[in-house]
Amino acid sequence: MNRVSRFSLNAAFRYGVLIVIGVFLIYPLLWMVGSSFKENLDIFGTLAILPPKGRGTLENFKSAWQIKSDHTLPFYFGNTMKFLIPKTIFTIVSSTITAYVVARKKFVGKKFVFTAIIITLLMPELAFRIPLYLLFRDVGLLNTFAALYVQDIFAAGTCSFFIFMEIQFMRSIPRELDEASVIDGCSDLQTLIYVIVPILKPIIITVGLLCFMWGMNDFQGPLIYLRTPDKMVMSMILKQQLDGDTMVVYGKLFAASFMALLPMIAIFFAGSRYFVDGVANSGGKE
Amino acid sequence: MRAGRKRNFAPYLMLIPWVIGFIIFKIYPIVISFVYSLMEYPILGDPEFIGFDNYVHIFTNDDVFASSIAATLKYVLIGTPCVLVTSFFVAYILNFKLKGVNLFRTAYYIPSILGGNVAVSILWIQLFDINGPVNMLLGIFGVNPIFWLTDESFAVITLILLKTWQFGSTMLIFLAALQNVSQSLYEAANLDGATKLQQLFRITLPIITPMLLFNMVNVLVKAFQEFNSAYLITKGGPNYTTYFLNVYIYDQAFMNGNYGYASALTWILLMIIGALTALVFSSSKYWVYYND
Repeated sequence: MNRVSRFSLNAAFRYGVLIVIGVFLIYPLLWMVGSSFKENLDIFGTLAILPPKGRGTLENFKSAWQIKSDHTLPFYFGNTMKFLIPKTIFTIVSSTITAYVVARKKFVGKKFVFTAIIITLLMPELAFRIPLYLLFRDVGLLNTFAALYVQDIFAAGTCSFFIFMEIQFMRSIPRELDEASVIDGCSDLQTLIYVIVPILKPIIITVGLLCFMWGMNDFQGPLIYLRTPDKMVMSMILKQQLDGDTMVVYGKLFAASFMALLPMIAIFFAGSRYFVDGVANSGGKE
Repeated sequence: MRAGRKRNFAPYLMLIPWVIGFIIFKIYPIVISFVYSLMEYPILGDPEFIGFDNYVHIFTNDDVFASSIAATLKYVLIGTPCVLVTSFFVAYILNFKLKGVNLFRTAYYIPSILGGNVAVSILWIQLFDINGPVNMLLGIFGVNPIFWLTDESFAVITLILLKTWQFGSTMLIFLAALQNVSQSLYEAANLDGATKLQQLFRITLPIITPMLLFNMVNVLVKAFQEFNSAYLITKGGPNYTTYFLNVYIYDQAFMNGNYGYASALTWILLMIIGALTALVFSSSKYWVYYND
């Protein structure tokens, strides 16, 4: 066999493997989307994604939209945004400032701060849950959206990971830029805002997107901190659909799930060119 | 001169939020959580200091803990290799110069972004339904339908499959490491007549061992804390086979209001995570290759 045909046989084999894996990964999501257009009896007992000819329905989306008798789905999406938007903004601001100081400035205790960030990064989140719940209970933060973002104001919570990511990235920015801005009379804060942040743009977008998506996925946080029906967020209302004691309308369940994932899928495709690289480099590549 | 003095304080001012956060949300909780673990701390009434009674009770008189630890270890010790092997295998294939690799890379990453969402847990329940697509697919190959969620030996496998399905972010880190391996090493190996398999085991694997260590610790620590899938998909059942420690801690703390007992459980889990992580790190000098 000559070189060229052996090469293309190899390539064909690899594409084959990649496509099979891709099908296993994406099929479940397509099945969910397809099933949200199906009636109950068409969902199970088949591998088909699309509803049988002429039996597709939009009913599921209507009933999923009016997910509770007193509130529509956007109400719960709005609740999610009430903690997620402040959370994302605070995370970006506090992580970037902290990362900037640790990566670029000289100060007493720098080594300690960097070590502390790495240790908090490795500490399981679980360790803090019960004490923070009792703390929030005592200061009246239970059943407020602030319970879900107050830590991010102070670069705690999941910020350690983002701080680490930004420090890694900042190491590749030439120090001459900082020095030049100092000579031009910029303060530290001005240097950060006008010199560093524009260069950091891709990593800041990555931080924002990851923080946002993790917040959308968060279920245990809202489950523990939020109590009353008017504070319910998307993840909780979806979970409630599983608990219903009446017969489950699976199509509605799928339609609600699909709509819950749609904003995330949209954001994913809008930002994937930034954060696929961001995540790839989070392993500490220099 | 004045400006110079002022500049020296700026880093400290900018660090103030982090310092406050570190003390209130990291140091204080970790210290107080150990204190709680030595207490009987009910929802109502005052906490009472009881020494190590919680720990003694957990180890001598708590059958649920024994089942929970067994379920957690099974999930972690099977799930972690599944994720790592899948991630490495896919990264290895993606690393060949093929057209459209970026498309695959992005597509493979989608499940790990969505995977933790309640919506995906809901989807998983239906996929593994007795009449769901998974059993339909297996049926084509003559496999009898499996009760994935209610059979004691299959429930944990269902959750491990969900974990493996989300291999994307681990894979991306492997892929970045593979793309950094110098092409000249392979060219030299080719000249020496090394086969592709030899190159994989003698060049590729040793060079990416630092990233393997990073991924291993990361996946391990996260797997020990798994909550969503067990709580939502199998509800800890059947017969506690997926009642992971994190779910048990949640129930003890937030359903039963035993904050002291739950804190002791938390500390035991932290110790296990710490011990296994330390084991991985200390063993790493035998298998991690640093090219400095």
